[in-house]
Amino acid sequence: MKALARAAEAGFIGCRVCGLVCEAGGDDAQCPRCDAEIRSRKPYSLSRTWAFLIAGIIAYVPANVLPVMHTRSLGDSHGGTDNTIMSGLIDFWKNGSQGIAALIFVASIVIPSTKIVALAALLVNAQRRAPSGSAQLVRLYRMLELVGYWSMLDVLVVALVTAVVKFRGLSEAEPRIGILYFGLVVVLTMLATLSFDPRLLWDRRARRG
Amino acid sequence: MRTYPGLIACVNCDTLSERPTLARGEQAACGRCGSVLLRTGLNVQHLLALSLAAAILYIIANVFPVIGITLNGAHHETTLLGSVLSMADASAAPIAVVVALAIIVVPALQIASLCWLLLFAQAGRRAPLFNPLMHLWEHLYPWSMVEVALLAALVSVVKMKSILHVHIGIGMWAMAGLVVLLIGTVHRDVRSLWVEIAGAAS
Repeated sequence: MKALARAAEAGFIGCRVCGLVCEAGGDDAQCPRCDAEIRSRKPYSLSRTWAFLIAGIIAYVPANVLPVMHTRSLGDSHGGTDNTIMSGLIDFWKNGSQGIAALIFVASIVIPSTKIVALAALLVNAQRRAPSGSAQLVRLYRMLELVGYWSMLDVLVVALVTAVVKFRGLSEAEPRIGILYFGLVVVLTMLATLSFDPRLLWDRRARRG
Repeated sequence: MRTYPGLIACVNCDTLSERPTLARGEQAACGRCGSVLLRTGLNVQHLLALSLAAAILYIIANVFPVIGITLNGAHHETTLLGSVLSMADASAAPIAVVVALAIIVVPALQIASLCWLLLFAQAGRRAPLFNPLMHLWEHLYPWSMVEVALLAALVSVVKMKSILHVHIGIGMWAMAGLVVLLIGTVHRDVRSLWVEIAGAAS
């Protein structure tokens, strides 16, 4: 592990799927081992990541403002309560489950918002003519890959609770539109993370094009 | 096209390294950015055993209820599929597709393709559809959320237990076992099949 040459500069491409290092050829070359298209960088990485990220930011507002679940206590013929992500979290706290409240706070509030800010920071950095590629930025990206999908927690909680709290066909808990937007935020930011190519953080560009 | 099986290019910073020879359980890190380049884990036989066990637990997790509740003698319970259908039945319906993929479809495809690939690998052969299935595996990987579903089931129990009598179903125990098998073992070692099976006949 002595030489620190980079594959693109040496005229090589590491296959994204199977990892085989190949000689860089045309744009539509196939990996001889796994048949995947081999490309030096993920295609249109920056534009795609921005697109998914911006869509995610747009969905982020209704996801947090609109109710995600509607609950009625049994025998209550009128109304019921609409719960947002935040009000569900506060209920846990008030009912003495501070640990669960903290868990949901991390999964539903901290992770999505941090992800949005971190992806924007990575994008801005990768777009610079001489990006400051560093082990820290790669670690940040790896972190986004690893923890991003845990935000789906609240969606799955709503799915399970609304499925089980039903009496004689009468549903006492129903999903509300907010959970759709919340799920969209998670999916869109996951797609943004997958579209981003961390190798761009290390590429020096002669001229921005 | 010339290929260089003796080299590894880091997926996170594109730095080339020589492919090291590792003992079981060792891993190699990139000299520039610190990402894991290569790790060795379980051999094919162990992976196969775990995948088959995962397949059995997957079936149990889907057939049996995950959570049940009792209130004034009325009883109701739900399976994983039930939770998907509950989402499909309301204004938020499109998200049911994501939930179905994350907790039912993707894990099923992953476990089934793994068992298929490993059964052949165990016999020293390259499974029919080896490449497409390995590609499928690679693309599905980020979307499997059994572990999140398990945590969600536990959170749901706590959420309802103040007003209802809640019981944990066999499905949840099976999910717990499945998560251990998937996270602890299967998730990390599959890529090594590219190298181990590369030259094998089909």
